[in-house]
Amino acid sequence: MINFSSFSRRSVLALSALSALGLSASALAAPSGTPIKVGGTLALTGPLSATALIHKLVGEIYIEELNKKNGLLGRPVEWVLKDDQSKPDLARTLYEQIVTVDKADLLIGPYATANILSAMGVAQRYNKLLVHHTFGIPSLAKYDMQFPTWATGPSPEVTGPNLVFDALAAGPKPPKTIAIVTSKFPSVHFMSVGAREVAKKRGLTEVLYLEWDFGNRDFGAIASRLKEAKPDFIWGGVIALEGMLLLDAMKKIDYPAPQMFHFLPSPGPMLKSPDAKSALAMTIFEQHAPLMSNFGATEFAKIFNERAAKAGLPDTQVDTQAAASFAAWQVLEAAVNGAKSLDDKALAAWLKKNTVNTIQGPMRFDGVNNYGEDLSKVKQVQNGEWVVIWPRASAKPGVKHLLP
Amino acid sequence: MQIPSLELLGQSLLSGLFIGGLYGLLGLGLSLSWGMLRQINLAHFALSFLGAYLTYQLSSSFGFDPLITLVIVAPGFFVFGMVMHWVFAKFKVTPFNSLLVTFGLTVIIESFIQWLWTADYRKLESHYADIKFKVGVMYIPLPELLTLLISVGLALATWAVLRYTPIGKAMRAMSENPRMAAAFGVNEPMLALLLSGAASAFAGVAGACLALSFTLAPSQIYAWIGVVFSAVMIGGLGNPVGPLIAGIVIGMSEAATMAVTAPAWAPLVSFSLLIAVLLLRPGKI
Repeated sequence: MINFSSFSRRSVLALSALSALGLSASALAAPSGTPIKVGGTLALTGPLSATALIHKLVGEIYIEELNKKNGLLGRPVEWVLKDDQSKPDLARTLYEQIVTVDKADLLIGPYATANILSAMGVAQRYNKLLVHHTFGIPSLAKYDMQFPTWATGPSPEVTGPNLVFDALAAGPKPPKTIAIVTSKFPSVHFMSVGAREVAKKRGLTEVLYLEWDFGNRDFGAIASRLKEAKPDFIWGGVIALEGMLLLDAMKKIDYPAPQMFHFLPSPGPMLKSPDAKSALAMTIFEQHAPLMSNFGATEFAKIFNERAAKAGLPDTQVDTQAAASFAAWQVLEAAVNGAKSLDDKALAAWLKKNTVNTIQGPMRFDGVNNYGEDLSKVKQVQNGEWVVIWPRASAKPGVKHLLP
Repeated sequence: MQIPSLELLGQSLLSGLFIGGLYGLLGLGLSLSWGMLRQINLAHFALSFLGAYLTYQLSSSFGFDPLITLVIVAPGFFVFGMVMHWVFAKFKVTPFNSLLVTFGLTVIIESFIQWLWTADYRKLESHYADIKFKVGVMYIPLPELLTLLISVGLALATWAVLRYTPIGKAMRAMSENPRMAAAFGVNEPMLALLLSGAASAFAGVAGACLALSFTLAPSQIYAWIGVVFSAVMIGGLGNPVGPLIAGIVIGMSEAATMAVTAPAWAPLVSFSLLIAVLLLRPGKI
């Protein structure tokens, strides 16, 4: 829970000023002068491209809306976007180019942990501020002027599994046995190893623990081993397609999944799959009350839904990826407007002292490695849509706590 | 390591058999073009995925049965394969250069797929996916069974054509010694075009099978290259049945590994087998 009483008066003033800025934006003059360049890469091709497309769409929407208003400091904003092809080494080279050749005024992060780490190294070398949106291993984010906007808190490998197990414990039939099956994709594996420790501390009996290489094609044997282990609950350390492939394999041997958690699923295909009904996952935002009252959510969701449909995305709803991306731009805008500067050190100092109101809720950057609170939630597929079920304060009104 | 139950081991091996069938099907066209035309056609994987996306589109938008889409996809790919070989012959592309050129072609096809269908995932929802048979305690899913049957059927048919028909014998002669074959009246350019067309058509067939069983994404093109290359090299270049047998051996070995130990060890199996074959029988590849 966010402790609002701990906000400083300065933070509240900053929030109010930002809100006022947003509300009165339409009345402001069109931006003019030399464009401010915001540079970054995304995995527009390669294995991470499906998700990176969401981040591209969000960035385009944000820049358009920003320039329709007053831009940044009255100047138009230009997004220098390059394709890192899902490769961390290429991301490093491209960020070098963005800083030294394109002379970007500001940096925004690429998609996914490994590429962000590459970008972070470059930002550190040139003393640039780096706001990024999907970093999965907070303990590795050592650079002082990096600011994460995926609000997982500094120890998601502990707080995340605890959140999921709390949700299960509050359900009608708390599990006694657990199977943890996980991809060796770095940030996913890190969370699963954390879940293993947390499960042990909470007294859950581990009946199976399996790891596979990212890119595994055949999930038949893994499904068979799950069937034989008969766990009450499956922690799926899965990313992208893996969750669907595992569910497909389970269906083929007539093994209906017990309660199953998917760490980073591809939300669109899971919604459409009858095998994924009542699947659990983690999120920071879903497009329903009460989260839609978060800062900027309503306006953004409307535009995103339209644009995502036009772009042919299977899932047009705003969820974790879109919200984390949107929050990154919100944080960058708030920092520039708050510090009234493009100086990286001034921006970093401002962010460390102030709370920024975002689509995920109020975000702070004053904790370990500039992380604030863990704003994660547990969501479940219910009646063909993803809905937040836990914590109760963030749950969609009227949903069941936990479908079996 | 644990001792698996017979049911677990049996079901896992069955799963390996089916994925091995797909390795063989993907490797069939690759093996023919590599072994008989001396073209290392990396674009074979991209073509397979293009075939999968076309199957997905024709089924989803026009209601075609996924297997009926082959009536359109296979001939289309056959023509594409002929054109590709004609270009290669025209510019005298060497085997090594064919690797580079077809890698470029792969990137182009991947970009085309991404442009048309986006990078997001596409899943073909077909009635086949819901059908499975139970034999004893084992489950046999229909899409995988169809893939295996198609793979076996095509491999055996290709083998029979190459071995028993005049055109097949001419193709083998052309592959062994093009000049000598030409001296005996073999129309080498035409046969090469036909062979390249057939290899591409096989990619289209493999694509339909991929669409039946897998969720599609453009970047998945690259996920299959390593293991299918292993199957082709272990099975023998230009041998239509070899990649299928090798694919099944790899698939079942991987599945058995996953059943008894950490699944992360499974990929080591295919490459260990490849290394063993390269060391023990290098002349047979």
